[in-house]
Amino acid sequence: MGLLKIFSKPAPALLRLPSGSFTVDRKGTVLTSTLPSSFPGSLVKEISRHVRAAFSEAAAAQLPLTELVINYPSLKITARELRGGVIIYLAPRITGLPMSQS
Amino acid sequence: MERRPKILLADDDPDLLALYGDILTQLPSRPEVQTATTGVRTLAMLESETFQLLICDLRMPKMDGLQVLAIVRRKYPQMRTVALTAELDEQLRSRAYALGVDLFWYKPGTDQETRMFMACIESLLGRESEGGFRGVQSKSLMDIIQLECISQSSSVLRISNGPRTGKIWILSGELLDAEAGDLRGEAALYKILSWKGGGFETLPAEPDQPRTIFKSYNALLLESAQALDESRGAVMPEERSAAPVSPLTQLSQVEGLEFVLTMKGGPGGEQVARGLENPERMGEWARQSLERFRSLEDRLGAGPLEQIEGFGLQRHITLASQDETDFCVGWKPSLTQDQVREMMKKVLALWAF
Repeated sequence: MGLLKIFSKPAPALLRLPSGSFTVDRKGTVLTSTLPSSFPGSLVKEISRHVRAAFSEAAAAQLPLTELVINYPSLKITARELRGGVIIYLAPRITGLPMSQS
Repeated sequence: MERRPKILLADDDPDLLALYGDILTQLPSRPEVQTATTGVRTLAMLESETFQLLICDLRMPKMDGLQVLAIVRRKYPQMRTVALTAELDEQLRSRAYALGVDLFWYKPGTDQETRMFMACIESLLGRESEGGFRGVQSKSLMDIIQLECISQSSSVLRISNGPRTGKIWILSGELLDAEAGDLRGEAALYKILSWKGGGFETLPAEPDQPRTIFKSYNALLLESAQALDESRGAVMPEERSAAPVSPLTQLSQVEGLEFVLTMKGGPGGEQVARGLENPERMGEWARQSLERFRSLEDRLGAGPLEQIEGFGLQRHITLASQDETDFCVGWKPSLTQDQVREMMKKVLALWAF
């Protein structure tokens, strides 16, 4: 079955969860970023859009927030408000894994 | 006539599809193997036909395997899923398990690896998928735990219920620890026991796991069974207290909690609040925020949204979901972030009853 090794393919890159941060101004423009360039810009914008909306809608609901932490099993997004703008940290998480492959 | 199980094999490489297809059809259960070369095609085929098992390569163009698996786990929670990859990457493995896949496997490269892979696939196909906990037919999870404890076994039970997974550590017939999402110990055990079905597998014992459960298994199973009976309304009317404590009242007694708001189903679903002056606006914000960040799940491939925490000078807030109920919980600003997290675990554990 070593035959299978022959079929190695130049596969497309899989989206990796990045570790890093970026800042956006009050209009949603990305000002600085330490994220790898392989991480799609469209996804960065989408994350910042949701985060900014969550902050502004919270304030409208009389719940002013300074920090938001969004927890996924494999990724933690931490967002801090910066005078109308936001700094957003992305940190992948390695969760507890089974010892064996099964 | 015996029904042949159906496998859907997804990979963008037609040569690999043909090769794996040939190998899989030689399994003892003689499965019918169909193939798809893109994520979109995979989802379309799942819409039109029922498959017992999806084997999905992680590296595919446009919609990658993690995105496909995230959608499949949500739409078809009973379907067995296997993630296949050629990359030795711990992050990928962690993310695949976080999505709730049954098996994560590096593409076999040797005869032995191929044989092991085939044995696992055959085992997955052989597990009963209709009702109860897959793996042992007609046995409840309580029965399985009792069997393990009575036989003085040492093992780790990994239980899956759709995208949710839990673990129960057993050492020499005693319950050592349990884990379900953020819950640990007894709270996690009760949570797992409240699941009505799913699958389980037995993993090798982990004797070094720290002990968090100190009660006997009999006492725990009894308490859990009573709690479940009560939650189903099985307690006789005369046994009920004259003034039953509502679940929200119970939750509102958690230390540091300012208000709690529960929301059922989608927009317009039933909303119940305690300690909140303006539940409509808060509920709307909570729903929208949960919806926003859930919409990122598939694109990120980081697993289902667990919790959103907000911290402010006036109050802190936690948004979470459990048993098809969304929670919006407000906390005193004097609590630290860690305290908020701990207290939220209590809220969810209490709600589990």
